[in-house]
Amino acid sequence: MSTAVTENQNQDAQQTDDAGEEAIPTYDIVLRVRRYDPEFETEAHWDEWPLTMYGTDRVLDALHKVKWELDGSLSFRRSCAHGVCGSDAMRINGRNRLACKTLLKDLDLSKPILVEPIKGLPCEKDLIVDMEPFFQSYREIMPFLVNEDHTPTGERFQSQDDRARFDDTTKCILCAACTSSCPVFWTDGQYFGPAAIVNAHRFIFDSRDQAGDMRLEILNDKEGVWRCRTTFNCTEACPRGIQVTKAIAEVKKAVFASAL
Amino acid sequence: MSTPLKTKIQVPRSRDLEVDGVKYNRAGSSRSRFEMFAWLFMRMSGIVLIVLVFGHLFVNLMVGEGVHAVDFGFVGGKWANPFWQVWDLVMLWLAMLHGTNGIRVIIDDYAARNTTRFWLKVLLFVASAFVILLGTMVIFTFEPCPAGADPSLLASFCSAH
Ligand code: HEM
Ligand code: SF4
Ligand code: FES
Repeated sequence: MSTAVTENQNQDAQQTDDAGEEAIPTYDIVLRVRRYDPEFETEAHWDEWPLTMYGTDRVLDALHKVKWELDGSLSFRRSCAHGVCGSDAMRINGRNRLACKTLLKDLDLSKPILVEPIKGLPCEKDLIVDMEPFFQSYREIMPFLVNEDHTPTGERFQSQDDRARFDDTTKCILCAACTSSCPVFWTDGQYFGPAAIVNAHRFIFDSRDQAGDMRLEILNDKEGVWRCRTTFNCTEACPRGIQVTKAIAEVKKAVFASAL
Repeated sequence: MSTPLKTKIQVPRSRDLEVDGVKYNRAGSSRSRFEMFAWLFMRMSGIVLIVLVFGHLFVNLMVGEGVHAVDFGFVGGKWANPFWQVWDLVMLWLAMLHGTNGIRVIIDDYAARNTTRFWLKVLLFVASAFVILLGTMVIFTFEPCPAGADPSLLASFCSAH
């Protein structure tokens, strides 16, 4: 899994030390954030803060610095701060990434760093979007194990090969970076979107699950897998390195196999 | 395109979410196999079109005198032959249906409102039906040796030549 995004080679920027002292290098950066507050304005605007950050800092740390020290009204979601919970997907310099996994030193610091909410979902405030349409399609694909057999007393066993079949799609953290990078989804949010298909894939190809056919039928929809135009935006956006477009193609093939 | 904004404060995650006339709530399922067959048709017709289009270009532009041989008589001669009539007919229908479906998909991708979509598609289907019907008619009713034409323009097989 290689998800590091590098825009430049910022050599050890301005070393703050004069002697051989082991100091963490600091950078002067400019953070430009797309702001929107529905209580006071009808249009979004940009706010800009010059910050001095450490070489080990991430975009999330810069947002924290603003929120905690400069402007407490700045709103964004984050929880784990370590790429696990999937709550801080945002558009950073035009690309969907997790703020907590994007190191400042990997960005082009000669220009302001642009931070916007993810696209295609209605903005509620600043970087917070309404995720409901995203989760609506997630719920529709039945993201839970369906097995009508007698409940076993222990674990449901599965061979390593059977487990490997859907390993990639188990990694999803539902951050919506993929779905909100998809131009088909931007239009009207009716397309199921890559994340829902990834999570359907996780169960369709699970040998323990028995509702694969139902999920395939659900995705053989006007707004289902056939709307995918293989632009690969989703694969590029996924912070978990999931081969999203490949998973969609596998579901397309499975729909054919079950429908023809 | 920036993220659409709500212009009035709404209850977060409201069920009737609508921004600038665009509905974000999923409209419910619309299952049919049409999209599956349309997807398959794009690939299948694409493969056949590679043969038809490049065969067409090769025969018209490269074989013999090449592009210099193309004139009224050349076209007339081709359409007097049932082989080329069928070739051109299949090429016309496949290219038009393939292109029309491609544009239909693009309309679905870019037009956000249902009424815009509807009228763009009406325009598209009328235009492509016109081209398909006109083209089919020409291929079958084309008269290679119209009576009273300048004999020097006619194909070699015309009796007036
Ligand atoms: C030469 C052989 C051709 C091949 C192999 C081919 C193949 C394809 C394929 C596979 C797609 C689907 C792309 C997708 O779903 O993402 C497509 C789309 C399309 N094709 Fe073709 N095609 C050919 C010729 C043509 C011709 C002659 C026309 C015009 C009459 C045409 C117009 C379109 C349009 C408008 C689209 C939709 C554009 C899009 O999907 O972004 N194609 N083509
Ligand atoms: S597939 Fe990747 S980008 Fe999409 S929601 Fe899951 S973790 Fe996020
Ligand atoms: S804050 Fe949890 S993934 Fe970034």
